[in-house]
Parts: sequence; structure tokens; C-alpha cells
Amino acid sequence: MELDVSFWLTQFLNGLANAMVLFLIASGLTILLGVLGVLNLAHGSFYMLGAFLIFSSSIIKNPSWFWVGLLLAPLVVAGFGTIIEAFCLRPLYGRERLYTLLLTYGFTLILDDLVLLIWGRDYKSVPIPALFEGRLSIGDFSYPVYFLFIIAVGPLLGVFLWFILNRTNFGKLIRAASTDSEMLDALGVNVNRVFTGVFALGAWLASLGGILAAPMRSVEPGMGVEIIIESFIVVIIGGMGSYLGAFVGAVLIGMLKAFGIEILENFAMIFIYALVLPILILRPRGLFGETTI
Amino acid sequence: MERIPNRFGVTVLLGLAVLAPVLVQNDYYIQLCTEILIASLLAISLNFLIGYTGLVSLGHAVYLGVGAYAFALLTKNVYPSMWAGLIVAGASCALLAWFMGVFCVRLAGLYFAMLTLAFSQVVYTVAYYWRDVTGGDDGMLGIPKPEIGIPGAFSISLESFTNFYYFVLIIVAVLIFLAWKIANSPFGRVLQAIRENPERVEFIGLPVHRYKLFAFIIAGTLGGFAGGLYSTFQGYISPDLLYWTQSGEIVLMTILGGMYSFLGPAFGAGMLLFIRDTVLNFMEYWRIVVGGILVLLVLFLPGGILGSFEGWISRLSIGGNDGDETRS
Repeated sequence: MELDVSFWLTQFLNGLANAMVLFLIASGLTILLGVLGVLNLAHGSFYMLGAFLIFSSSIIKNPSWFWVGLLLAPLVVAGFGTIIEAFCLRPLYGRERLYTLLLTYGFTLILDDLVLLIWGRDYKSVPIPALFEGRLSIGDFSYPVYFLFIIAVGPLLGVFLWFILNRTNFGKLIRAASTDSEMLDALGVNVNRVFTGVFALGAWLASLGGILAAPMRSVEPGMGVEIIIESFIVVIIGGMGSYLGAFVGAVLIGMLKAFGIEILENFAMIFIYALVLPILILRPRGLFGETTI
Repeated sequence: MERIPNRFGVTVLLGLAVLAPVLVQNDYYIQLCTEILIASLLAISLNFLIGYTGLVSLGHAVYLGVGAYAFALLTKNVYPSMWAGLIVAGASCALLAWFMGVFCVRLAGLYFAMLTLAFSQVVYTVAYYWRDVTGGDDGMLGIPKPEIGIPGAFSISLESFTNFYYFVLIIVAVLIFLAWKIANSPFGRVLQAIRENPERVEFIGLPVHRYKLFAFIIAGTLGGFAGGLYSTFQGYISPDLLYWTQSGEIVLMTILGGMYSFLGPAFGAGMLLFIRDTVLNFMEYWRIVVGGILVLLVLFLPGGILGSFEGWISRLSIGGNDGDETRS
């Protein structure tokens, strides 16, 4: 019996750690949808870029590699996002939404191959940073410290995001833009700059997710197009544009995957779709969604 | 789309398609041409939704995949007949589209895109993990090319690349002709009206949802035929056919050629496969090239290649110099 409890606890914590990574990606995606009305298919690529950049950083044998990477890589990716938004997405806002979808799909193709070109096709593994090596033991139960670190970082970033959105000027502008960007424009605010900022913030978050996930998963090309589907599902469940919804959705998906695997080994994803299809059909705005898109 | 396709252009195109095997004289290129034909059918089928009805589907690969698996399962496990295989491929996709459509057509815009994406990913997951039936991620090998003809009287083997090419050409030409007839029927006009202004069509008293559903089923059925043809053409299929990036590729073909032109998507399919083939001769990173072209196209030529070309031609011929002068 003792063993059983620790097993389920492990599954629970694994699910939570995966949920936190998912939350970082989905929160950016959902804010982009709410504010810009853009379904960014390249969002998974930002996650992938983050993971590959931290891999490159881990080759440097200096013990501070993880922290340097954690600080710099998201900035690089956010800069990249800024360029994409300012030069390619901005001219498309007045046009049909199909074009923004296609543009981001085009960047998915480009970034996928770019990663292949730079880093090659083989799987990479990123070591766990020295500070978080080993396992934490309480009695018979032990759990990797690094996973606990991720579980702690997720809510911290969540609070940080909440603070940005609700307590800063930039956050106020973001919320205003998601309600009525034309009005904001008429009030003399440079809406373009707000949009660029939101896109960069989303890219920053997604690449951070990639960095945190890298030591617990294998880093490979194609990880971006895979994660984007799960992130969409989180966004759908939580409601497009809802940042709290992204958190709840991510935890739900993380748990479903962690425990679904125990019940039906390969069909865990089926559980998730069994949840998503009725939501999309009956309540397309999601559980927490209010914004109209 | 409103323009009646140029008779001369269509004749030239058909003539080129008929003569293609003689012109290229090379098994490799005959196969590439065959693949382009199949992809053309697929892209035109998707355009029923995107270009005509204004519904952007991100799950069209589901028909390519389900059609392909239906063909493979029937011809390998039950009865090796080309016609039966194709009919089952089309029929299974019609049923699937009907089922999915009932839910999908009630949504619009991004929600429609997401629901089609979610449905197709469900099917992908099933195909990936249901090892006993689909072979899982290994896929299915050795899908036959059954001969066609009348049993006892005569039969034609499709094993030769040229024979198979002509077989595909006939099927695809007939289906595309059918699609063209539908697109230009009163039904097709209503679809375009729905694209432009669904509320207004509703006010006239037409059942918008039902029209959308029919468009959804037509697109799915045609896509299923393309899947069946692809299955026998390749002789090998895998769940990758159903993955969402595959759906993205079909959308890409459609837009590349131009969604407001009936044959535009076919042109886009040809372009994409040709570009991929050409780039692959030099390096394996064809996605960078195609993605780059897509980005440039979206930014500078949103009407698609054939679409913009047609618009340019019609400005020249109809508007005379006026059109050009006001532009410059």
C-alpha cells in the first residue's frame, strides 16, 4: 500500500511538471489569440528554439551554463519574435485571418529546417543543472529535484504574468487592446508597439518553456509541431484569451496524460480529445473564455 | 472564380497532361506527374471549403489518410479490386465528413479551424496506436495496384508507370470536371454567397448550415478519392499522412496557386511538388525554401500565383490599358 501511494504521488508530480511547461507555451498562445487574434502556428517553434539554444549553452563546460542560457536564450527568441511580428505580421492585420495563419505556418516550416540545418537530425540530451541534481527523499518516497524546481517555477511565472497583466501600464494596454484595439488606437496609443510587445512576450514565454523542458525530455527537431497541438488543446479548454484558463487547462491536460497512461497505455491522448471535442462543440469559447475572436 | 475558365487554356493543360509521359520519357518524372495529379485533386477538394465557402479547414489531411487506409485495408485484406478500393475510399470519407461536418459547420473562423484540426488529430492518434489494424507508426506496406478491366474479357495492368499515370489522369480529370460542374452550379453560387455574407444568405431563407455541410461532404469525398489513389500509387502509407502538418501542406498548395481561381489549387500543388523535388536534388532542406516562398507570397502576392496571373491577364484584356494606368 505504501508503495502504491508513492507511485501515484510520482505520477501526480510528473503531471504537474509537464503541466507547467505546457502552461508557459499556452499562456503566450492564448494572449496572442486574445489580443492580436492570431493563431500562431509557429509558437511551438519558439519552444523548440529555446530547447536547442539551451543545448548549445550546455556544451560550454562552465557550471553557470544553465543560468546564462536561461537568461539569454529567451531574449534571443523574443528578439526573433519581434522581427517576425514587426516586419511580417503587421502588414497582415487588416486582411483575412487566413493569411496570418499561413504566414506563421510558413515560419514553422522555415524554423523546423533551420534547426535541422544548424543542430542536425539526431536527438540531443541536456543535462540537469548541477544545482538541481539528485533526488529529494522523504521517508520511502523520493523525487527528482529538478522536476520540483519546474513545479515551483510555473506558479512563480504565473504570478509574474498576472502582475504584468494586471498591475503594470503595459498590462493595462494589453487588456485594452484585447477589448478594443481600434479604440485604443484612437486614444493615441501606439497599438502596433503593444502588439509587438505581446508577440515578443509570447515568444519569450514559449522559449522559456523549451529551456525548462529540455533536461527532462529529448531535444529533437519536430518537438515544436508536436507541442503546439497540446498547447492548442489547453487554449481551447481554457478559452481563447483567458490566461487563468490556460493554467487550469494545462494542469488538466498534464494530469490526464499522467494518469491516462496508467489506464490505457497508448491512448492517453484519446482521453484528452474526448474532453476537447465536446468543449469545442458545446462551448467553443472554452471554460473561461469571454473574448470574442 | 467567377470567370469561366479559358477554354484554350484548359485544352492546352489537358493536352500537356495527356502528352506528359511522352514528353518527359523518364519513369521518375512520370511518377512525379502522377503525384502532382493526385495532389491537385486534393487541393481542389479543399478549395471547396476555403475558396468557395470561406471555411479554413486545418484538418483536410484526415481524408487523405482515411481514404488511403480504407483503400489499403480493403485491397489487402478483403478484396483486391481497384474500383472497389476507390469507392470505399470515397464512401468512407463521405461518411466521416458527414459525421464531422454536423459539428464543424456550426462554427466559423478560428473555431472551425480548431475543430477540424482536433478531429483530424483524433484520427491520427487512432491510426498511430491501433497497431493491429493500421500497423501503427510502421504504417502499411505492399498496397497493391489491382488490374482493371472486365473479368474474363480483358484486363489492363497498372504496374507500368505510364499505364498508371493515364489511369490516374482519367480518374482525376473526371472528378475535377465534376467538381467544376458543382462549383458552377446554383449550389456553388450559394456557397460563394455564404463566403461573402452568411447572414444575408440566411435572410434570403436558405439553410446555410445545410449548404456548408454539403460543401464539407463534397470536399471530404473528393479528398477520399485522392487518398485512395495516393495509397495505390505509393504502395506504402503511414500515419504521417494524417498529421496536422500534412493538412497545412494542403492549405499551402491551395493558397500558393490561388484560392479564388478554380484551377489555382491544382497549379499550387504542381508548384509545391516541383519545388520540393528540385530543392531535394540540391539539399534536404526543402522546407526552408517552401516556407520562405510562402512568407513572401503572403506578404506580396496574396492572390496566389495563378490567381494573381489571371487577375493580371483579365485586367489587360478587359480593362485595356486603363487598369494598368490607374495602378501605376
